[in-house]
Amino acid sequence: MSSFLSDLFSNFWVALAGKLLLVATLVPLIGMVLGFAEMKLSAKMQSRVGPYFAGGRWGWAQLIADGIKFFQKEDIIPEDADRPVFKLAPVLVLVSTVALFVVIPFGPGLIFRDLSVGVFYALAISSLSTIGVLMAGWSSANKYSLIGGLRAAGQLIAYELPLVLAVVGSVIMAGTMSMQGIVQAQIDAGYPYVILQFVGFGIFFVASLAELTRIPFDMPIAESELVMGYVTEYSGFRFLFFFLAEFANMFTLAAIAATLFLGGYWLPGIPESVLDFAGPVILVLKVFVLVFAMIWFRWTFPRFREDQLQTLAWKWLIPLALTNIAVTAVLKVVL
Amino acid sequence: MTLDADTMRHLSEVQVSVELETEEMTLNIGPQHPSTHGVLRLVAKVDGERCTDVRPVIGYMHRGYEKLSEVRTYPQITTIVNRIDWVAGYANEVPFIVAAEKLMEVEVPERAQYIRLILTEMARIASHLVFMASYPLELGAATPMFFALRERERVLDLLEGVTGGRFHPNFNRIGGVKPAAGSGPTTKKTPQDLPAGFYAETRQAMERVLEVCDEIEDLVAGNEIILARTKGIGLLPPEVAASYGVSGPNLRASGVAFDLRKAEHYLPYDRFDFEVVVGEHGDCWDRWWVRLEEIREAAKIVIQAIDGIPAGPLRAKVPKVIKVPKGETYVRAENPKGEMGYYLVSEGGQGPYRLKIRSASFSNISILPWILEGVLVPDIIAIMGSLDFVLGDVDR
Repeated sequence: MSSFLSDLFSNFWVALAGKLLLVATLVPLIGMVLGFAEMKLSAKMQSRVGPYFAGGRWGWAQLIADGIKFFQKEDIIPEDADRPVFKLAPVLVLVSTVALFVVIPFGPGLIFRDLSVGVFYALAISSLSTIGVLMAGWSSANKYSLIGGLRAAGQLIAYELPLVLAVVGSVIMAGTMSMQGIVQAQIDAGYPYVILQFVGFGIFFVASLAELTRIPFDMPIAESELVMGYVTEYSGFRFLFFFLAEFANMFTLAAIAATLFLGGYWLPGIPESVLDFAGPVILVLKVFVLVFAMIWFRWTFPRFREDQLQTLAWKWLIPLALTNIAVTAVLKVVL
Repeated sequence: MTLDADTMRHLSEVQVSVELETEEMTLNIGPQHPSTHGVLRLVAKVDGERCTDVRPVIGYMHRGYEKLSEVRTYPQITTIVNRIDWVAGYANEVPFIVAAEKLMEVEVPERAQYIRLILTEMARIASHLVFMASYPLELGAATPMFFALRERERVLDLLEGVTGGRFHPNFNRIGGVKPAAGSGPTTKKTPQDLPAGFYAETRQAMERVLEVCDEIEDLVAGNEIILARTKGIGLLPPEVAASYGVSGPNLRASGVAFDLRKAEHYLPYDRFDFEVVVGEHGDCWDRWWVRLEEIREAAKIVIQAIDGIPAGPLRAKVPKVIKVPKGETYVRAENPKGEMGYYLVSEGGQGPYRLKIRSASFSNISILPWILEGVLVPDIIAIMGSLDFVLGDVDR
């Protein structure tokens, strides 16, 4: 049986189709699970119950119901909107998120494609969503959306730099940019890199919150000011794309943080032979811990004002990240 | 208000139809908007993120109270008056009733005055808890809303137990308060009074209110981001506040220790020991903090009043058909939103000849063009929220 499967998947096209199918099912599934987790966790923090009726007392079918609801809504495009751009924007945002799944190592050998420039690829692709956001804000023919889109552009570009610089410390310590390689380096070193790269981890976490435009970096959406910011004019399945992209992006950025700093699919003390099975579980657990922190931050803090946000990025995070790189490089050579 | 160049420019540009200008963007905030406390419309000229000029357009909620009260009798007016500032329903009724009683020269029994005081302070707690809920929400923090509104439910339940209505109590009658807890004929044999268990429940509720004040303070006051969004934002100097007629917590946050509960005698506040909470700088943070402390003070007053409430009749003897003798009077009270006053002109009929309502929020938002000039767009929301106005109160 296993030899039949390995023969089947050794064909490039079959393997490709299989991987695409896997990603296509995984992304909405992850989106739904994380969305449900957000609803339930935020409810617990606010002395509420959360989804209760859909699917029995637990309400687990709530997000499925929401997905179906979004799909059957009327597709409204504002009259003055720039139609091709309007339609393309959510696609771009979702695609950049999905493309990130390619380099996440779920286990030794359980990676869609172990690119030798994995880290570089991941950060570059994730910045594609900036263009999608700008397109959404511009093409909506709505002043609020425009303001939201411009704020988003400024914020996302500003926080790309800390995001990228924060991981350089890990890359220096591992000596390679391939994601599998970094996990392997942590296994060889015997400790997850966060112990030494805590500054980088902190900066990466904060910058990833900003990349996701989650509270406290919620200005582009700013629900109480701009209705929904650049997403205002989107309804139906186009909105679903944005919605899914946010949750899937939470997963991917948390997975990248877990891989680069927390040891990925490996825990100290676990023998390597088990990692084929236990690896995905361990990675998902780490991702859930980080996602929990993201949800916790979202419901505790208010949002930064745009200039405070930019000050944080340019005056604090970037110098801190640069210092981190310098110190890491020096210590790597010296020690 | 001096007529300097700035003011003249403001006055000369009062036109509601806005032309689209090329350099700046004219942004219409409202009237349907998640955070304008009702149907307030702000026409803002925005240059990037900085707003150069803000013109509030009000009147979307004008319900014609003053005209209505010209064709109503006094008992009928008490039903509608609590809808002016619906967040603190009971507090709107008190100055009106006191004005009518002043003209009639009716002596209100002590117990009724104490009950009025207790309910007014509960209305204050309810109104300020709504502020505690909605203000962090406008800044982006969603969680304090649930804490604050959870405890507000207790206060509203108490109000409902006594008056029958959560938001619109309609509890005052000329000469006292309505015999409480229920409708139906008040036979002489069963004088209806405060509901059973009211004192114990009130004490419990006030304790929970004080606890939730601590919880909210923990969650909000130490939060770096909230401090960054509110400290130093929307500075209101005391002279400007006084000249625009700003009152209530907004005025006290600017450092002016003026509280009508101490200055006027519409209710027996002088029997209770409470502090007038005064802020330092007059920024958004101080306005938030003053209201938080006022919740605590109000809870203290309620507990003291409960402990000292005298027995007695609930209503003075007044004729069945109420006719207020000729005269005019102005009674002002410390509403949660500020100073609310009723100028009552009576020609001796069953209803007033003219009832002028001086509402707190109308004067409070007159400061908006001054205070919002040159601020960033997110700060518009922060400052507007901190002024805590309700459109029903503005437009009447």
